[in-house]
Amino acid sequence: MSEYDVINSRLSRLDTPDKATGRALFIDDISFSNMLYGAILQSPLPHAGIINIDTSAAEKLPGVKAVITAKDVGTVKYGVSPARYDETLFCQDKVRYVGDEIAAVAAVDQATAQEAVSLIKVDYEELPAVLSVEEALAEGAPQLHAEYPGNYTAQVHQEFGDVKAGFEICDLIKSSTFVNKRQDAAFIEPPGCVAVFDLHGALTLYSSTQVPHYVQRTVAMVTGLPVGKVRVLKPYVGGGFGIKASANANELAACFLSMKTGRPVKMNLSREQVFKLCRARHQFLHKMTTGVKKDGTLVSLEHECYLDGGAYSSFGIATVYYAGSLLGGPYKLQNMKYDGYRVYNNKPPCGAQRGHGGVAARAAWEQQLDMIAEELGMDPFDLRLKNMMQAGDVTCNDLNMSSLGMEECLQTVQDGSEWKKKKGRLPKGKGIGMACGFFVSGAGYPIYRSDTYHCTAIVKLAEDGGLAQVYTASAEIGQGSDTAFGMIAAEALGVPLSDVRVMSGDTDMGVDLGAYSSRQTLMTGHAVKEAAEDVKHQVLEVLSKELSVPVQDMSIKKGRVVFHRQEPDFSELRTRYIKEHRGWTDNPKDEPLTFREASRIAYLARGSIVGTGKYKPHELGGKYKGAAVGTSPAYGCSAQVVEVEVDLETGQIRIEKMTDAHDCGLAINKTSVEGQMEGSLSMGLGEAMFEEVKFDARGRVINADLAEYKIPTAVDMPPIETIVVESNEPNGPFGAKEVGEGAIMPTIPAILNAVYDAVGVRIFELPLTPERIYTAVQDYHERQKAS
Amino acid sequence: MKRIIHIRVNEQEYELAVEPNLTLADLLRDELGLTGTKKGCEMGDCGSCTVILDGRNVNSCLILAIQANGSSVQTIEGLETEAGLHPLQQAFVEKGAIQCGFCSSGMILSGKTLLDSNPNPGEQEIREAISGNLCRCTGYQKIVEAVADAGSDYQKGQGGE
Repeated sequence: MSEYDVINSRLSRLDTPDKATGRALFIDDISFSNMLYGAILQSPLPHAGIINIDTSAAEKLPGVKAVITAKDVGTVKYGVSPARYDETLFCQDKVRYVGDEIAAVAAVDQATAQEAVSLIKVDYEELPAVLSVEEALAEGAPQLHAEYPGNYTAQVHQEFGDVKAGFEICDLIKSSTFVNKRQDAAFIEPPGCVAVFDLHGALTLYSSTQVPHYVQRTVAMVTGLPVGKVRVLKPYVGGGFGIKASANANELAACFLSMKTGRPVKMNLSREQVFKLCRARHQFLHKMTTGVKKDGTLVSLEHECYLDGGAYSSFGIATVYYAGSLLGGPYKLQNMKYDGYRVYNNKPPCGAQRGHGGVAARAAWEQQLDMIAEELGMDPFDLRLKNMMQAGDVTCNDLNMSSLGMEECLQTVQDGSEWKKKKGRLPKGKGIGMACGFFVSGAGYPIYRSDTYHCTAIVKLAEDGGLAQVYTASAEIGQGSDTAFGMIAAEALGVPLSDVRVMSGDTDMGVDLGAYSSRQTLMTGHAVKEAAEDVKHQVLEVLSKELSVPVQDMSIKKGRVVFHRQEPDFSELRTRYIKEHRGWTDNPKDEPLTFREASRIAYLARGSIVGTGKYKPHELGGKYKGAAVGTSPAYGCSAQVVEVEVDLETGQIRIEKMTDAHDCGLAINKTSVEGQMEGSLSMGLGEAMFEEVKFDARGRVINADLAEYKIPTAVDMPPIETIVVESNEPNGPFGAKEVGEGAIMPTIPAILNAVYDAVGVRIFELPLTPERIYTAVQDYHERQKAS
Repeated sequence: MKRIIHIRVNEQEYELAVEPNLTLADLLRDELGLTGTKKGCEMGDCGSCTVILDGRNVNSCLILAIQANGSSVQTIEGLETEAGLHPLQQAFVEKGAIQCGFCSSGMILSGKTLLDSNPNPGEQEIREAISGNLCRCTGYQKIVEAVADAGSDYQKGQGGE
């Protein structure tokens, strides 16, 4: 039995009745009278100088209200990390990828806006393009950004311990190279926005974003409006997965068009444009060498990584750091060397996607650990358990595992999958594999350098009593954060969830860095808990005075005031409450003093009862360059077992079963935790099996739709068994930490290891298409015959 | 040049003048205000614009409004009754089968067409019935469970029509 009344349960989410009935409003469901429609002109070439832009024909088209280019909006540089602001809203001198934005139009309807875009005449001078890491790094390669020579966005060179000395005492040293492919987030809702510039000179932007706060700052910076004149609100958002975690050109263009026309402007991206916007998972090339002792003790890891970045930085600096730092755990490893290179080229920019920077690295390493276990004659579980960190351990790169339920995760997936019965005993063509992973529970620092709180929260009691209103600027993007915060507020205040109303996603409600890096449950959760406790304390202070009972002798539980000692006579308070509510049919009668009465009495004494909360992490991590990336107040972790069947005639893989255990600290809502685990597994399965954004020789995406870019359907997904493992995270609200991204970490390597178990051949390149599997198996048999 | 069509949407008759290139999805969303029908790709790939047209599931982004002349359409808004949520809607809420919710309208309608003809589907039948509806959030696990659960309600006579 849980010690809690609200959290740690399976309550239905607050938002889902509206979503089940079609009532929930998403961005494209919002319209205004007198609204214009915007469209963007994007470059058809991967790399070209701009000689001239002629907008005259577009401007003359009836129904067109504004056409804007760099001449109109200026060339303020923006991006994600202030250290690499390398984008301007519109290109002025040159375009760097197919899709780079050149101009935008606002017109009375979508068709007119599109036609006007087609009438803008741009004279280009084509430049040679580089479309891969190799081309971009070749001697004499065309350069994308004069400020960043060599086509490097960023390089990372780190060493912890002494890797070389470590290798000298190893009994086995294993090297392998691994490459994934550029992924698309494939959220089902394409991004969109509506900008409304009003008569007071203030701008309101409705957008399908994960990060209202960062969008607000970027819009203010690029438009030159004061931050206080920019308000960003998100309606319900149809998934984000990292790609909606920064301001985009669409949002900025809509703002300028609304400012220019004085009318609301709606701008939606088409599905094809989503692939051009990209900002999704990079292609990573990992070269790893791991040294171990013969008892399986991990000693040294040498790691080199190249990120195929695209034309601009986006999240790239953080991505290249994460690709190294997230191998620091969950195993005890004293020596780790990392050289990472994030490389520009003339393709759409990659950014952050679920499991930011760590997914391909984890796949490469966990596969290599499987190879090591096999050579040492160890069970893969035993190799991991042998090296597993314990709660309180700190990695060689200063990540503090303040809670770590890894051993329990391993134990439960081993039992849940019947590993011991199956490993090594399955018929040919069938295989079983496992892997582990961990992830941050919120980035330790904001994206821009600042001492800002990462989130603030307000809990206000309705003046009539009986309802707590929770306000945060956090982002519900489908993960269930509104419900989690409603439950945290209800628990902290001592009322049922039905007495709480949650509002979020509006920069007017406070500061919240938003939904990325799996941060909200821990961080916003802390702020909400503090605000609810503040409100409770204020109510109890008033009661204390009224009833002459010390505050510490009272609490609120399940919507009732609880007196820990003798119950005082509160009939006078009740009479006052009832007098205030003459004619009401539901006034309290014989029951104990209610929260409703107490909060009304508190209002009568003090006016509106408002509690506030805030959170930022304590000082984290080491002092070395890049130490900030990877630090977090806590880390979630998971273990997974996958079973596959491979058709040896065709190379077709079928995933038969997935068993996943994740340590999320205390689960606020167990159903939502499982939902995050299941969604993570599905996205990982897609990346492993099918997903690859493909380009032609001219830098154009050739599968920019959801038919040719394949994500898992219901028939591709096997039954998933999810096991929620609960540790008690000392830095989390009620002991809670992340689940949104960590659960994806073991998926790809567990599949790779299962495929090896099935066919006896290691595959070092994704996705696992039938052709790739078939060819690898054939090649292997040819080599066997030859030798 | 607009044309007159007659269409029945959620048991209500409409006589409407529509452009010949207007899709059924846009008719529902823009002309009738039924924004529960979502547009995720406008190419018939994602299934979020699924509606039930004369008893069959269709991608309403691929059907012209004039093609639906004389037809009967059911959208997500047509599932609730005075008694409350449809058993499928209730099951989706209770099972946690909804995350971002963008695919939910189409997913629920695909589930309904299945259960209307087969209230006791096996897991594979459910997966096939919703395989034209993409979801990126849930891994489909809880959706499959919700459809199965609602099917049990159908059999108990609490749902269906």
